[in-house]
Amino acid sequence: MAMTEATPRTTLGKVRAHQTQNEGLLFEKSSPGKRAYKLPPLDVPEVNPGALLGESHREDTGALPELSEIEIIRHFTRLSTWNYAIDLGMYPLGSCTMKYNPRVNEFVSRIEGLAEAHPYQPESLSQGSLAIVELLQKCLIEITGMDAITLQPAAGAHGEFTGILLVRAYHESKGNPRRKVLVPDSAHGTNPATAAVCGYQVQNIKSNALGMVDVDELAKVVDEDTAALMLTNPSTIGVFESEIHKIADILHAKGALLYMDGANMNALCGRARPGDFGVDVMHLNLHKTFSTPHGGGGPGSGPVACKAILEPFLPTPVLVRKGDALGWNFDRPQTVGRVRAYYGNYGMFIRALAYILANGPDGLRQTTEDAVLNANYIRKNLEDLYELPYTTASMHEVVFSDKRQAAKGIRTGDIAKRLIDYGFHPYTVSFPLIVSGALMIEPTESESREELDLFIDAMRAIAKEVEENPDLVKHAPHSTRVSRLDEVTAARKPVLRWKPQ
Amino acid sequence: MPYPTEYKYTKEHEWISVSGNIGTVGITDYAQSTLGDIVFVELPKVGDDVTGGSTFGSVESVKAVSDLYSPVSGTVTAINEELATAPDKVNENAHTAWMIKVELSDPSQFDSLLSAEQYQAFIAEETGK
Repeated sequence: MAMTEATPRTTLGKVRAHQTQNEGLLFEKSSPGKRAYKLPPLDVPEVNPGALLGESHREDTGALPELSEIEIIRHFTRLSTWNYAIDLGMYPLGSCTMKYNPRVNEFVSRIEGLAEAHPYQPESLSQGSLAIVELLQKCLIEITGMDAITLQPAAGAHGEFTGILLVRAYHESKGNPRRKVLVPDSAHGTNPATAAVCGYQVQNIKSNALGMVDVDELAKVVDEDTAALMLTNPSTIGVFESEIHKIADILHAKGALLYMDGANMNALCGRARPGDFGVDVMHLNLHKTFSTPHGGGGPGSGPVACKAILEPFLPTPVLVRKGDALGWNFDRPQTVGRVRAYYGNYGMFIRALAYILANGPDGLRQTTEDAVLNANYIRKNLEDLYELPYTTASMHEVVFSDKRQAAKGIRTGDIAKRLIDYGFHPYTVSFPLIVSGALMIEPTESESREELDLFIDAMRAIAKEVEENPDLVKHAPHSTRVSRLDEVTAARKPVLRWKPQ
Repeated sequence: MPYPTEYKYTKEHEWISVSGNIGTVGITDYAQSTLGDIVFVELPKVGDDVTGGSTFGSVESVKAVSDLYSPVSGTVTAINEELATAPDKVNENAHTAWMIKVELSDPSQFDSLLSAEQYQAFIAEETGK
């Protein structure tokens, strides 16, 4: 659609047209002989690499791009400006907890003794690094109300995998690994995938009208062949499973375990402890709840906390006290084995601990309360324009549906793309699957009232546009370098690498 | 698109037509329209056993990956090779773009599936229309 004077720039708030220019690939910019540096003359005897390397010597060095330094700097700097980041504006992706990454975390992680530490350093020279691991473990155990923890898993799905390995090892130690894992229909897709990869059959549990697990239905399907239920709490529609203790009792009565996906821990931290409401094993996402970078800035970190019954199976090595010193224990006969090289994404441990210590218990509690307050502020200010499929109280995120806008032919994906024109990253689109046309919005505690109001203004303006000028929304975004991409051809005929003409 | 009355349907949105003891299985028009543009169809191998109510493959659209559930139990005798390179055939006509042919181990399973009329009533209920 051609954008003409009809474009209501005056309603766009803080947005303006994208200022970046097109940018070719480095391969396309290359010209032979260009260099970013010049080496001094050789001051050692020249050797013949072909004679020394024999068959391993490669004459053809391949088609590598050749550019000057400023061309390379400009190329990557320009590309970096095409991105959206939490440092640029609100990132309301539901289920992702895209909170601010405090600068103090970055400062602490760059302290020389920590940044330069090497995992092969002897334990005696790594006591400071190990003390950080120990203190973080203690904090996370306290926050979750569990008994033991491993920091190895590299992210959430890896944490799930590790957690279900512990469940399997536990059941195997009792003589029967059991056959099935139960997963609610509102779950993250990684839950059933995890169960399947760990050799379990997946059985879906339907949600009730409140968006929660139907406890009576659950009681009917849990049996002696059930290894575990994988539950996200609060659920993916941002609702607290208020009968979680009953769910735990039903499972435990049949010898099954309760796994909690900790993706939404930002709604509980400092207010409720999974260990207290019957959870046996869970993962945390340090890159969500504990403010370490999420997405391109990663890496992630997905510690797994568990009750004492699962402690013997934790991945090796386990941090222990050896007299006055800290050290690693590899002698763990029942372990599921190592799940990650070295000790996990250590740089994230430093950042997460800095966040926990900077906030303190009261600060973490307020963080949780602010995150819930912000989500409900958005809910209250949008519920007259967007359909609320579940009216149960919202925790840290709110899920609308596009039901009213769909009557005008506008779906959640269209609204999300229009939101880009207003300077915001889209919310989570079409998830959870139990809501048709879902708009899943999680502001986190990081956003000020002013930023939330800008977001609400944008969403309200879009709802009005849907009524008055649906085509404007249907063909958004209008302010970006490229607009709607051909997702179908991209998936059916992907171009996976550059080829010379 | 009409739902052929000689087919039977599942609540997981597959159809099956039976000729002799061979069942031909695909997904319904409602399924393809809900999924959107299909970009990949993953099918079992000829000779694999499938179980009624269990997954036999998956279908990937630009929106989501969904499991395919077999309406009946039996052995796969043929798969629609064309879908490997032209998954869009399912979008064009879901009721002719079959996925697998199954030699039924228990032909009585066919009778317990939904009729075209029952299936259409079911999706009307699902979509609230």
